[in-house]
Amino acid sequence: MSNNAADHGGQGAPRGGDIAIEISGLNKWFGDFHVLKDIDLKVYKGERIVICGPSGSGKSTLIRCINRLEEHQRGRIVVEGIELTSDLKRIENIRREVGMVFQHFNLFPHLTTLENCTLGPVWARNMPKARAEALAMEYLERVRIPEQANKYPGQLSGGQRQRVAIARALCMNPKIMLFDEPTSALDPEMVKEVLDVMTDLARSGMTMLVVTHEMGFAREVADRIIFMDEGQIVEENEPEAFFADPRHERTRTFLGQILS
Amino acid sequence: MAPRRRPYVRSAMAPSQPPPMLASGPLGWLRRNLFSNWWNSALTLACLYLIYALAAPLVQFALIDAVWQGADREACLPAKGQGAGACWAYIHAKFGQFIYGRYPAAERWRVDLVFLLLAGGLIPVAMPSVPGKRWNVLFLLAVFPVAAYILLFGGWFTLPRVETARWGGLMLTLVVAISGIAASLPLGVLLALGRRSALPAVRLASIVFIEFWRGVPLITVLFMSSVLLPLFLPDGVHFDKLLRALIGVALFSAAYMAEVVRGGLQAIPRGQYEAAMALGLGYWKTMRLIVLPQALKLVIPGIVNTFIGLFKDTTLVLIIGLFDLLGIIQLSFTDPKWASPNQSLTAYLFAAGVYWLFCFGMSRYSLFMERRLNVEQRS
Repeated sequence: MSNNAADHGGQGAPRGGDIAIEISGLNKWFGDFHVLKDIDLKVYKGERIVICGPSGSGKSTLIRCINRLEEHQRGRIVVEGIELTSDLKRIENIRREVGMVFQHFNLFPHLTTLENCTLGPVWARNMPKARAEALAMEYLERVRIPEQANKYPGQLSGGQRQRVAIARALCMNPKIMLFDEPTSALDPEMVKEVLDVMTDLARSGMTMLVVTHEMGFAREVADRIIFMDEGQIVEENEPEAFFADPRHERTRTFLGQILS
Repeated sequence: MAPRRRPYVRSAMAPSQPPPMLASGPLGWLRRNLFSNWWNSALTLACLYLIYALAAPLVQFALIDAVWQGADREACLPAKGQGAGACWAYIHAKFGQFIYGRYPAAERWRVDLVFLLLAGGLIPVAMPSVPGKRWNVLFLLAVFPVAAYILLFGGWFTLPRVETARWGGLMLTLVVAISGIAASLPLGVLLALGRRSALPAVRLASIVFIEFWRGVPLITVLFMSSVLLPLFLPDGVHFDKLLRALIGVALFSAAYMAEVVRGGLQAIPRGQYEAAMALGLGYWKTMRLIVLPQALKLVIPGIVNTFIGLFKDTTLVLIIGLFDLLGIIQLSFTDPKWASPNQSLTAYLFAAGVYWLFCFGMSRYSLFMERRLNVEQRS
């Protein structure tokens, strides 16, 4: 499939790079409830985007649409040049390029840390087991828990579990990483170890979409912050301007509530 | 104004200590569990008396008054023997028949060999510490059924054919039970997945199948398969009676198994499916690698329950003229050589013992597996 992102290019790309994700005219309903309304979003390669907003604003649904964990009803989503349709092969191809980290980790409890990490490469990418294990150890090293490789998820702390989940996603060598409130289910003292790993990842040039309420992380890492409310993008800006000078009333209210 | 309190700072951290010893030894245990107050003591004594009242006659019958040796009914008649005890001599004399049915005596080594092959395949599979599980399972699933078929049925090489009508006894019970177990688990898993499928046709077909087979008594299934089915088949089409019973039993238990497995599938959180999908795994890989291993582990008690039920239900093949262990035992009552008052009681005691051994074995093994799988993943 050709890169049809080019048809839509040219409207002031902030970094001028290639497009990783292009979303246009996206609409989604849960039954009668209109969760996402006319979302347009371009994500450039290497860009780090933080999405924030009150709960129920559709931010998680938005990133879950990108790897088809949620099906959208109207609009186009093009990921790495592949348009998302209901074609299963295409969906699986996109999912292999897009890593995802969940709020509740969703590790596989019947597999060890190492097996959690090698599962994707071995079964979705047909990588030989030995190579997958070497790769997994490399990423476990990177998230700083190689010593937990042979433990089961039930034996790890929340922060360790989330770092395993990040390593698991990275083992697929994804081009894009999606984070769905990765620190919301963690005890406060474990938030930092996860954010540190994510910051490292951002520095390595990974394209990242992060749904989070960690405004410190957003300020430090994000290229752009998107504020959503009621299923729409309400405001989008670079972090400094976003925090210093929020334009929209709702953004100001939201920031007032979470930064107090 | 409240008085100012002095700040408190701990100077040394308290070390961990072992838990205090409760009353120790067997006496302590007895006191704690059986005689903790007068009411519990009374209950304990009442229960002890009840156990004695029930067990004493059984021991008297099965062991003390029992007749262990003898050539025919004479030995077991109350007048000749000391009392009216179990006639074990009769079980001993008929033992071969109980195990092999009417399988020709000269060919019984073939059955023994199949038993040996089964034990040789099953025991290492059941022991987690034995390596080479993959080959072992392959042997059990691919080599053993073919070998068992060739050996038992014959007609190949120089083995004379032994018609299934001559099969019987424990061997027939095991053939029906094991093929039922081996077929019902995979079929049940497929049906359970089908019932939760997103494809309406697959879902409907699974629901209809499950509800049909669950709604019919096994006796009806067996009866229909042996009496009604031949009426619908064209002339000259012969369908082995045992095979029909095997298929009936397998489909019947598959329907039960499907519902047990579905219970396990429902307990797997959505996040597990999502995580597998997010890695780019397709439906079958997600099921095989992520969902089923967890779901089946959860429903081991239900699965083994179904197996045990199936094992005991094999006795129903009696009504279509197949002589399983129970059938052959009842058939042996007609032998005038061993007719004695305690003949049937002894034989039923023996049958109960054999069935109990198999079922209790399955039950204990399932407990062992549950505990083993839980230790690995305790959270």
